[in-house]
Amino acid sequence: MPMTLSDLDRAHLGGSSGEAVRFAMRLLVRFAEAVGAERFVDAEAAHIDGCLYLGQVSLDFVEHLIRLGGRVRVPTTLNVGSLDLIHPELFRGSAQVGSAGMRLMRAHEDLGCVPTFTCAPYQTIFRPRLGAQVAWAESNAIVFANSVIGARTNRYGDFIDLCCAVTGRVPYYGLHVSENRRARVLVEIAGLPAEWEEAGRACVAVGHVIGQRCGDRIPVITGLPANTTEDDLKALGAVAASSGAVAMFHAVGLTPEASSLADALQGQGPEGVVRLTAEDLRETVRRLSTVPDDAPLAAVSLGTPHFSIEEFARLMPLLEGSAPTIPVYVNTSRSVLGILEAKGWDERLRSAGVTLVVDTCTYVTSIMGEMSGAVMTNSGKWAYYAPGNLGIEVAFGSLADCMASARSGRVMRR
Amino acid sequence: MAKPASGVSLVPGRAQGATFVLQDPLSFWGGLDAASGRIIDRWHPQHGAIIAGRILVMAAGRGSSSGSSVLAEAIRLGTAPAGIVLMTRDPIVTVGAMIALELYGKACPVVLARADDWPLIVASGRISITAEDDRATIAVAA
Repeated sequence: MPMTLSDLDRAHLGGSSGEAVRFAMRLLVRFAEAVGAERFVDAEAAHIDGCLYLGQVSLDFVEHLIRLGGRVRVPTTLNVGSLDLIHPELFRGSAQVGSAGMRLMRAHEDLGCVPTFTCAPYQTIFRPRLGAQVAWAESNAIVFANSVIGARTNRYGDFIDLCCAVTGRVPYYGLHVSENRRARVLVEIAGLPAEWEEAGRACVAVGHVIGQRCGDRIPVITGLPANTTEDDLKALGAVAASSGAVAMFHAVGLTPEASSLADALQGQGPEGVVRLTAEDLRETVRRLSTVPDDAPLAAVSLGTPHFSIEEFARLMPLLEGSAPTIPVYVNTSRSVLGILEAKGWDERLRSAGVTLVVDTCTYVTSIMGEMSGAVMTNSGKWAYYAPGNLGIEVAFGSLADCMASARSGRVMRR
Repeated sequence: MAKPASGVSLVPGRAQGATFVLQDPLSFWGGLDAASGRIIDRWHPQHGAIIAGRILVMAAGRGSSSGSSVLAEAIRLGTAPAGIVLMTRDPIVTVGAMIALELYGKACPVVLARADDWPLIVASGRISITAEDDRATIAVAA
């Protein structure tokens, strides 16, 4: 199907907007053809995940754009990098990855990107508005933008996100289009484990199932706990986008395009139904752990995706009492770190033995070092990826379980 | 396939070799080691297998958007599949292969097959794929 290019698109392709724009637009047109888009629309914002060093190709691409005179044309936030630039001493990887990783992060700043270095840009001042057409990368951010905010993006990845930022254009297909945002699969939570007081574990369990069972079909969830928070939905989306290709979900009564079940289904019937019992949810959560209760722990890692200030507010009371006997890491953004400093919470966290990690994440880079024992987390996404990325054993539990286990040095779950 | 099946060319190039049929979708990020071409996602049923040089047959993509970089890096290093056959369009795979072609001139063709041809593709031990700018063919290779 032929693409319809606007005058601006043609100017970009013809080189009158500069060589970098020409290069980026050419890639974008080929990408748009590959995904079947028929035209482009203006992007209001972009979020780039190419600042994490994954190899020589990461640098080659960005430095090529800089050599061509590239500059982003829309407000552009950055995902995590390989290093914590505020606390560079935390990095334990090779000097080569350290210097290349830093060069890559700086190169993105040279292109005019905002150095947010967070996988939760939606919890910064750059949170997009309902209905905004954006070009976002990072699987958890994509799900959050579409589902919880009602902004519109497809699953953009490395390179293409930056091409959209440099051209200010985004291909109009998929989730940019209203009718494609319709729910296809009904996910009914028939029962919740009575012993789970907070909604966190239920959301992680549902997210994991959605990823495995729905593929790229948009689910609509009914029956989530009444006390589900924005951070619980963030956790749900993050694990769903890890165990599957989920780019969007609806939760009736909780997300903006699902005021009712009929609203999410856009008046049609679901193509499939997934029914989850309390025991299904318990079993899903059990399978996220590779070690049993009472197993020795080497560390606790929280904040994947990056901890929000509200999550810190829930963590603070759990610091009361004896200090952790193992390292506790919390990943967060430099903007949330600024709020922690203003409140004086950073001092309290550090004195309680917590290591704050910003700009990066403990599952994508070498921060935790050599470990004997498992790592405990309340993040379904971290539990999903860490065994493969870091080659370690994982225990999954609630935030309270994680902090109780940090004191005893063993997996304790209520 | 008595005669070559037609498909949609997502990234141009030519490749042939033994197929590697993914039993479950694989996220290249967190799932593929670019240095060795090995599947490192321990939840994946083919964990530990090497996909370098094979024609990767995958129904759909999956997982983190950083998969494009991992695939491009694997192509640069020569540990990537020789080519990829998809049944569902996948932008992460498409972009990774496209960037390697643009920056390094190394081709890992990506072809979208028709659902009707899928059972035969999965059953073929060796296939060749030819992807030109506007069309692609998939054939059983000797």
